[in-house]
Amino acid sequence: MSENQEVDIIDEVISQDYKYGFSTDIEMETAPMGLSEEIVRFISAKKNEPEWLLEWRLKAYRYWLTLKEPTWQNFSYPKVNYQDIIFYAAPKQKITLDSLDQVDPELLKTFEKLGISLTEQKRLTGVAVDAVFDSVSIATTFKDQLKEKGVIFCAISEAVHEHPELVRKYLGSVVPATDNYYAALNSAVFSDGSFVYIPKGVRCPMELSTYFRINAENTGQFERTLIIADDNSYVSYLEGCTAPMRDENQLHAAVVELVTHNHAEIKYSTVQNWYPGDKEGKGGIYNFVTKRGICEGSHSKISWTQVETGSAITWKYPSCILKGDYSTGEFFSVAVTNNHQLADTGTKMVHIGKHTKSRIVSKGISAGKSHNTYRGLVKVNKKAEKSRNHTQCDSMLIGDRSGAHTFPYIEVNNNTSQVEHEASTSKIGEDQLFYCNQRGIGTEEAIGLIVNGFCKEVLNQLPMEFAVEAQKLLAVSLEGSVG
Amino acid sequence: MNEIEKIGNQTLSPLGRVGEGLLSIKNLKAEIEGKKILNGINLEVKAGEVHAIMGPNGAGKSTLSAVLAGRADYDVTEGSVTLDGKDLLDMSAEDRAREGVFLAFQYPIEIPGVSTTNFLKTAVNEKRKYQGLEPMEATDFLKLMRQKMEFVEMDKSLTSRSLNEGFSGGEKKRNEIFQMAMLEPKLSILDETDSGLDIDALRLVSEGVNKLRSKDNAYIVITHYQRLLDYIVPDFVHVLYKGRIVKSGDASLAKELELKGYDWIKAEVEASM
Repeated sequence: MSENQEVDIIDEVISQDYKYGFSTDIEMETAPMGLSEEIVRFISAKKNEPEWLLEWRLKAYRYWLTLKEPTWQNFSYPKVNYQDIIFYAAPKQKITLDSLDQVDPELLKTFEKLGISLTEQKRLTGVAVDAVFDSVSIATTFKDQLKEKGVIFCAISEAVHEHPELVRKYLGSVVPATDNYYAALNSAVFSDGSFVYIPKGVRCPMELSTYFRINAENTGQFERTLIIADDNSYVSYLEGCTAPMRDENQLHAAVVELVTHNHAEIKYSTVQNWYPGDKEGKGGIYNFVTKRGICEGSHSKISWTQVETGSAITWKYPSCILKGDYSTGEFFSVAVTNNHQLADTGTKMVHIGKHTKSRIVSKGISAGKSHNTYRGLVKVNKKAEKSRNHTQCDSMLIGDRSGAHTFPYIEVNNNTSQVEHEASTSKIGEDQLFYCNQRGIGTEEAIGLIVNGFCKEVLNQLPMEFAVEAQKLLAVSLEGSVG
Repeated sequence: MNEIEKIGNQTLSPLGRVGEGLLSIKNLKAEIEGKKILNGINLEVKAGEVHAIMGPNGAGKSTLSAVLAGRADYDVTEGSVTLDGKDLLDMSAEDRAREGVFLAFQYPIEIPGVSTTNFLKTAVNEKRKYQGLEPMEATDFLKLMRQKMEFVEMDKSLTSRSLNEGFSGGEKKRNEIFQMAMLEPKLSILDETDSGLDIDALRLVSEGVNKLRSKDNAYIVITHYQRLLDYIVPDFVHVLYKGRIVKSGDASLAKELELKGYDWIKAEVEASM
């Protein structure tokens, strides 16, 4: 294939439209632009929060003021002006709803359009959904059925009132407000997100899922998710995200905390499809997220699976602190970047308990002029005897203007543990494409097929209901690119 | 050797036979990066026929198969190719495949993580879409797979493995024939399918092809050596040299080439120039 043809086809990809770029016209209540102590108080007051939580927020805010934005990432971006962001935006309506009849039909329609049905008859069977629109949770489905089993699944703002003892005990216990710049910011201004508690011995009867939608202009979304799995319990949780196409960059700085007790397991999956910006790199979401889980109990397990296709910049490292003996941490990741997208993502596995195990499988795919970085830390403490890690890190390049980078950090402080690292880089070959073409498979389908094959190990980890969606999403994000 | 005739630049069907051709190549010239490889190929292939194309290294055999299949590296500078009367050169590689052109690759490509089943399901359904048909039901597709697997004696375990990944040379070639069976092409081009095969694999692959031969499809068998043609017996043998068909004949021409090599043909061509 000549160079010109190659460029043509790559250009074709780049002009691919973002399917979820529409915006919803709805009356909103917003905080004044910018960030100050008043804004923090405003958000807390909006949510009618107890004093301790306001204090917690203010402490975080004051700490944040002393911090500087981190600069160690493998990309550069224009400075975020925090005075140009609206930190709270909510559709004008009652926040606590008794039934869906009270939800603005525009909102229901929005989620319908996104493929998330909140109305009874069309609900995704076997999946309970919490829908978050800008700064508030709109509705949570299947709440009653879950309650029967003792499972709590609700908006975190609701949990603050309904289950204050749990929230107070666990909020910030894995990601302290002082953890990093964006965690401090989130702790000060977080508005909503999901709260999950699985009681002892309960296997959550359905998938739990939160769907995040940024809609309003100039807003940031700062959600907070907290999931606790008590002894011998299990839950599988999935989050999805989209945003309208807007010319300015919007900030999404979430914090997710997971806690597993003895013999408990949390499987956390993300399909991230925030607006990635246009082909010149204008607009798009800055996805600066702190996600961390702690395997508090022995034989407990936390498994992160992420499919990252959206956002102008993705900067996150879902991590596991393996504190309980014989605990297990897993990280399965597919990160796709196209056009001018940037991703710096990976994980941290911190082995503290004895006989702890971790597994990392990272698949990075870069097309267009994008850059995709894997950054990971495997740290084995002195007392984490006989621990094991296996890391596999594969990159695929599409076209000749994209980049793949790998920064693995390994720190082992005892001599009974084993750490393995494997890495590879490949290109979608012209030969592979021609082979597919010759069998009647067009170039776009061929890329979808090849990329899905490349990511198979990770996609297999997703709950069935979402694996198919994720496969399609991968194909769409890369439509037409060529190697 | 009265059947051997020199065709040169004339547009004639082989051996002067007339009839409705499936594939018609007229004065085909092609180059890569400015280097002329095909210098006026003329070939008529009718349904039900098997044509062998032989020739020394660098004669343009693989280029011919790549140009017919629509590989973009080559520029066609002159001539025409039609399949069932449709202009093939005007079509993308995938459309040619959907119209019924199949190339069995000399070096089948590996696609990690994609099973042969999944790959073929995509291929079959893309073709059906092109023909305005609904995608095949999963159960029907699997039934078809089983049928064809038995037909070409393909090992079942291969279809669930990643396409061609870690396959032996023989397995790869058999997988090509299996794909051919699944896609039911009108015109199959076998590009040096015999290369790298031991005698047992060669026999299995050839048997597969022979079973698939019918009055409705045609084959172009590109090979360096005569031994493949012991198994897949051609109706016509053409010798390609310097980008032209310089000699055509029946199966006996292949035997003659095996005995005498290509030098005598080269000499003949040089003398006539």
